[in-house]
Amino acid sequence: MDLELLIAFGAATVRVATPLALAALGEAISERGGVLNLGIEGSMLAGALGAAIGAIAGGPWAGVALGMAAGMSAAMVLALAAVVGRADQIISGTAVTLGAIGLTGMIAQQAFGTAGAGLAVPTLAPVGVPLLEQVPVLGPIVFRQSPLTYLTVALVPVVAWLLFRTRFGLELRAAGEAPLGAAAAGVRVRMVRSLGVLAGGALAGIGGASLVLAQVGTFTERMTAGRGFIAIAIVVLGRWHPVGALLAALLFGAATALQFLFQASGITVVPYQVLLALPYLLALAVLATAVGRARAPAALARNE
Amino acid sequence: MHALLGENGAGKTTLMRIAYGLEIPDRGEIEVGSESRTASRERLASPREARALGIGMVHQHFTSIPAFTVAENVALAAGWRETGRRAMSRAREVIDRLGLPLDPGAVTRDLSVQLRQRLEIVQALAAEARVLLLDEPTAVLAPPEVAELVNVIRRFAAQGGAVVLITHKLREVALVADRVTVLRDGRVALTGSVGAFDPRALSAAMIGDDPALAETRRVSDTAEHEPRISIAPADQEPIVLRAGEIVGVAAVEGNGQRELLRAIAGVDSSPPGLSLTVSGSVAFIPEDRTTEALIGEFTLVENQALGHLDRLPRWLDWGAIARDADAVIRDHDVRTTGSAVAAATLSGGNQQKFVLGRALGRDPEIVIAENPTRGLDIRATGAVHGRLREAAGRGACVLVHSSDLDEVIALADRLLVMHAGVLQELPRVASRSAIGDAMLGLSREPR
Amino acid sequence: MTTVAMPRAAPLGGLARTVIAFGLGLLALVLFLAVAGFDVAASLEALWRGAFGSRYAILSATLVRAVPLLILGLAFALGARAGGLNIGMEGQFAAGAIAATWVGVSVAGAPAAMALPATLLAGVIAGALWMAVPVLLRARFGVTEVISTLLLNFVAEAAVSWAVSGPLQESARTYPQSDPIALAARLPRLLPTERIHLGLVVALLLAIGMAVFFHRTRAGFALKAAGAAPEAARIVGRVRITPVVVLALLGSGALAGLGGAVEVSGVSHALYQRLSPGYGFTAIAVALLGRLRPGAIVIAALLFGALEAGAGAMQRDAGVPAVAVMVVQAVVLLAMVMGTRESR
Repeated sequence: MDLELLIAFGAATVRVATPLALAALGEAISERGGVLNLGIEGSMLAGALGAAIGAIAGGPWAGVALGMAAGMSAAMVLALAAVVGRADQIISGTAVTLGAIGLTGMIAQQAFGTAGAGLAVPTLAPVGVPLLEQVPVLGPIVFRQSPLTYLTVALVPVVAWLLFRTRFGLELRAAGEAPLGAAAAGVRVRMVRSLGVLAGGALAGIGGASLVLAQVGTFTERMTAGRGFIAIAIVVLGRWHPVGALLAALLFGAATALQFLFQASGITVVPYQVLLALPYLLALAVLATAVGRARAPAALARNE
Repeated sequence: MHALLGENGAGKTTLMRIAYGLEIPDRGEIEVGSESRTASRERLASPREARALGIGMVHQHFTSIPAFTVAENVALAAGWRETGRRAMSRAREVIDRLGLPLDPGAVTRDLSVQLRQRLEIVQALAAEARVLLLDEPTAVLAPPEVAELVNVIRRFAAQGGAVVLITHKLREVALVADRVTVLRDGRVALTGSVGAFDPRALSAAMIGDDPALAETRRVSDTAEHEPRISIAPADQEPIVLRAGEIVGVAAVEGNGQRELLRAIAGVDSSPPGLSLTVSGSVAFIPEDRTTEALIGEFTLVENQALGHLDRLPRWLDWGAIARDADAVIRDHDVRTTGSAVAAATLSGGNQQKFVLGRALGRDPEIVIAENPTRGLDIRATGAVHGRLREAAGRGACVLVHSSDLDEVIALADRLLVMHAGVLQELPRVASRSAIGDAMLGLSREPR
Repeated sequence: MTTVAMPRAAPLGGLARTVIAFGLGLLALVLFLAVAGFDVAASLEALWRGAFGSRYAILSATLVRAVPLLILGLAFALGARAGGLNIGMEGQFAAGAIAATWVGVSVAGAPAAMALPATLLAGVIAGALWMAVPVLLRARFGVTEVISTLLLNFVAEAAVSWAVSGPLQESARTYPQSDPIALAARLPRLLPTERIHLGLVVALLLAIGMAVFFHRTRAGFALKAAGAAPEAARIVGRVRITPVVVLALLGSGALAGLGGAVEVSGVSHALYQRLSPGYGFTAIAVALLGRLRPGAIVIAALLFGALEAGAGAMQRDAGVPAVAVMVVQAVVLLAMVMGTRESR
């Protein structure tokens, strides 16, 4: 394989991994608080549409802001239903995702008409990091990316600090491990769980925004195509830790970027559908091998 | 030091939960006073507020988070903002100050029951508590461990702290308390200095006019009766349990008694190193009636079917099952509006009567019961004990474990003690302290 | 058998909840249509016309769409009653459709008495096999079926895409679609001029069968007990939980696969990409709206079948994207699980 192709593959991996990593960071926060958020897919989709609308109206950074807000609003529905209303988390999350597909479809139709893929959204072009981008191979792969990629990397220690070095993180993890015990210690379980879900939705919203602003450049119906669900597998592989989530997201980014690699190199040993399915198959394999080793928050998906 | 006495369901725990901000009272007022500040309000909004007023609580069940380190649990309960290494050192200071040795870096789930109980106390006191509420802290402890706990409480009181100890054990009151209040049906039945009342007066106040637990034991010679259960540890001769006798198992929580009983009941596989022979039909009364014995949202008829599922034909005859359920309700005095109501709508006592009646309806040759009266009031307890004695009288081999040693002693014809997975038989006349030593593995010669 | 009806408590809330939930769903749709700036009156008019407005709408649209929703709704209920959530019916539906197409194309020349059962059976087997992966992952590795079935939906989508552009592509090799299946492999129409087919009868018989299974058999009762309270079922009922849940989930997958086969055999007569407009998810709303009871699921399937049929008309005539009705599903799901205990 020639170097240029390797660099293109590496850069694509990082680019594709960015929205996955953002959503996975969000899901990790939510799950640490005991909420398995299947609505993360809906938050991403809402974030993608919000980003498209915001970017057209006020430039890419307005897109990021609106995407984040949209992701949070979807998460708010889940928080109200599954945390405050104590409804089944799985069903509530499914509902949020379905509702997001319906609503984004309706709004996109009104906002963009039938333009669909032809829509041009102002994007966040890759920005080179001075000096570092000159480093051979690694430079163009890692240091010539969208600002949102740098933001993602910066968020990893922030989320880790939030979870493991703050009072909020302690209470959130207590709520995810043993809600009754946490309540006895004075933790307002529903409150911290809701905040965790909202923070998760915000990050997933930015993830959806990065999909539009730094990867695809437009909005289409159902464009997240299960990335939120992959983020859930990423969280498991990353053992509910932000650093693990980032690394696991890169693995899935690579699995997805293989498509580009094969296309670019013209290799056709396997049908391209195999490559399409690869990230999902990888996620399944990961779950089978990782679940045994890692321990999920004890009260995950349980309301009590 | 104030003892709060009362039967199960008298309202002790509810009162303490109100005082700790976990429950909201319908009416009334809470006053918290100390040298520096006093507060009086209609309710405490949360445990945070209680903590800020210097109230700490040790709950009946462990509230520490198993996945957390000791330091994290202390930080959580004390409301500290510090985390990580700083919380670790602050927890170590508290542990040293209280004189209750614990490793702040240890993961809670790895601690023994005794150390977890110690952690609960550290958690309650960590936030400079002046008032300590203890809700049956001795339930899971063996006598020597209770003594250690009493020392801790005494030291706390001696330093000017106030203690409320919830219990239903009269002996503990005499042992530790200065003053006593007895609750019955949510009302104060009696209050005053401990010295002013003899145990009989306290007992009468707790139980009311009901007759006290019948202490009469059936004395019969069952040595010739048919063997039903044989429990043979690898290197010992088997312990044989026979038809017609009630055998009590005394053990501190987590010593393998649960596994043993469930293996005999055929619910779980046998613990390693024990060979079990069970001959006869078995009825099992599991410990947690709401999650293990009944399905709350199912009707009593459906629960009746559940209890006999392995004997029912492929095609269910709901008419016959309903008749069986009605018979259980009638014969066991289950208070309900009918058999078509959800099991969850019954009171705990009536649920247990139904569970017991359903199990005994099979006329089993062996009855295994785990804590069969947990959470029941005195009347329901009496009914359950009566039924178990009846079953033994009819020739069943009854094997009972209760965390309440007094209940085991009251019920059993023979007494087994289990410690660290090892079972031994004690003579029926063994003293409480001898039984306590055996429960902790302190006795030198098993037999 | 006895004539005594089984007394029961309502585990998921009464009929009132069903009615309110669907009403709230429609209300939300109207609200969002208005907020998004669509012509509400025209949209609803189109919705009604597409669902009930004519003989054709009822017999060739609403009922035709109710069939897969009914079969998939029953599939979800079978798993959910045992405590397993099959969120991957979309995938099993696709797997069933692929297998049924393969058999249906291959049996050209065979008599209908053999070709049709073989085609449907292929779907059943494929659905169960597709479900076998999550079931194995759950039983062996403790992986929740919720996520594994979800992920397999996307794998199935890729598989259909591969099938219609590879091994099953039409002889002409022009479009990504299969050849039509043999006439003998098709479910006959119930009326010569309308599209409603024998699959409706199959689905209704399944609903009756499942109702009898749940209410009258020991195995059905054991399954419900295992789902409602696994510990009580194991300890007091001596039910072996893992085999029950495994079988229920495999059965759920098999039924979903049958749904795909019925769709190919009765409606599309060929394999396409996006054969299902999200039936696998809509059916979750169907099952929950029917409170996981076969009889009520029939009604719920009709309601959502009408909604799907109306959605098509709404897209054609009022310019409202068909996905808009997913808002109704979302609201129905939330309304059915809010304020109840967890439905698992």
